[in-house]
Amino acid sequence: MPKVSFTSNLRRHVDCPAASVEGGTVAECLGAYFSIHPQVRTYVLDEQGKIRRHVAVFVGGEQVRDLAEQSDLVHDTTEITVMQALSGG
Amino acid sequence: MSLLVGTRKGLFSLERRVGGWEIDTVDFLGEPVSAAVVGHDGAAYAALGTGHFGSHLWRRDPGGTWLEVGAPAFPIRPDDATDVSPMTQEPWPWTVQLMWTLENGPVERPDELWCGTIPGGLFRSADRGASWDLVRTLWDMPERAEWFGGGYDWPGIHSISIDPRSPDTVLIGVSCGGAWITDDAGATWAPTHGMRNEYMPPGEEYTTVVQDPHRLARCAAEPDVVWNQHHNGCFRSVDGGRNWTEITERPPSVFGFAAVAHPTNPNVAWFVPAVKDEMRIPVDGRLVVSRTTDGGATFEAFGNGLPTEAAYDLVYRHSLDVDATGEVLAMGTTTGSLWISETAGQSWTTVSNHLPPIHFTRFIG
Repeated sequence: MPKVSFTSNLRRHVDCPAASVEGGTVAECLGAYFSIHPQVRTYVLDEQGKIRRHVAVFVGGEQVRDLAEQSDLVHDTTEITVMQALSGG
Repeated sequence: MSLLVGTRKGLFSLERRVGGWEIDTVDFLGEPVSAAVVGHDGAAYAALGTGHFGSHLWRRDPGGTWLEVGAPAFPIRPDDATDVSPMTQEPWPWTVQLMWTLENGPVERPDELWCGTIPGGLFRSADRGASWDLVRTLWDMPERAEWFGGGYDWPGIHSISIDPRSPDTVLIGVSCGGAWITDDAGATWAPTHGMRNEYMPPGEEYTTVVQDPHRLARCAAEPDVVWNQHHNGCFRSVDGGRNWTEITERPPSVFGFAAVAHPTNPNVAWFVPAVKDEMRIPVDGRLVVSRTTDGGATFEAFGNGLPTEAAYDLVYRHSLDVDATGEVLAMGTTTGSLWISETAGQSWTTVSNHLPPIHFTRFIG
């Protein structure tokens, strides 16, 4: 099953352990993860369901392109990594 | 009595000890804290703008620890929504970018909280922050299409003032979208009149829906009196904010962000003048606090204890506060300086010149 993990910077704010989840797209995997850990959702997605402006989601080393729908395809061995984009000072 | 100081990198709690005001605790160190309030039941609420990960609200019940609660959130933007910025024509984002102000509901409704956001949403919680509702009557007003951003890209609601005599009467301030009042708990909203925008084209100076009140401050004991530090001037209302009268003489300048009303004396208020909109620094590099004690007819500028030269401190709209006695004030700046006055603003004592940029100061108790 695809595995979802998060930057340690997010773990400062909210409990977000890595987990293997069912899904064929990034959206399905994130949805499955948020059903287990609902408190993480608003840290990653905004109210419109879009990946937050300063959050970057990688699928096997490639940054997700479809920020609004997260339709990027994943496979059983895919690792989905939620990172933060660098900003501020 | 204690003092909350919200900064770009944490929430500082200060206590008055024998030797003066001292930092007692720091919460959320490293995180931007945009607003905070202590409820009628003693619970503290802190709004965090985590930068990367959105805005989140935390609550600490008396004797407890901080726990995340619900946060204001916009509904899904309808496909047929047409709201765009009048300046850029970009669609309004239906996402909370900043919880700009948090206020308690009336004493009669101790579980109620209000939040003003950027973009300009007004939210109300009836369950101590567990859930929030967007006040759709305000959000759906056609006039919102005329609001525009000032220092931020999008307009925001920075002032929420409930009339203590009438909990269903609420006055709000929008930069840049004027001031609005409801007398029926938000069912309907009316603009307020008398503000003057000197930067608008001829004939448009008094247009209500594009005014830029920087901060509204109501006298708690005489709620008809409301002070208004506006983008290009200072205004006062004696009818609860429905009509504004401009105050044109306030040395050393009428520009600024902060406004604080005396809790019991309707003739007393404090401001922190800066040069003007395109030069947001103290006049002549000398930081002063301007106080009136005669309803705005005259002002005194006090600088005792404040830097007298080469000072570039700016006090934002939520960073000047007064306690319930009207004698103790706290002032924080964008450059991380914090001063306290225990003489009703006439003299000031430095608490720190090394804090992160200060978003707000707020007395408790």
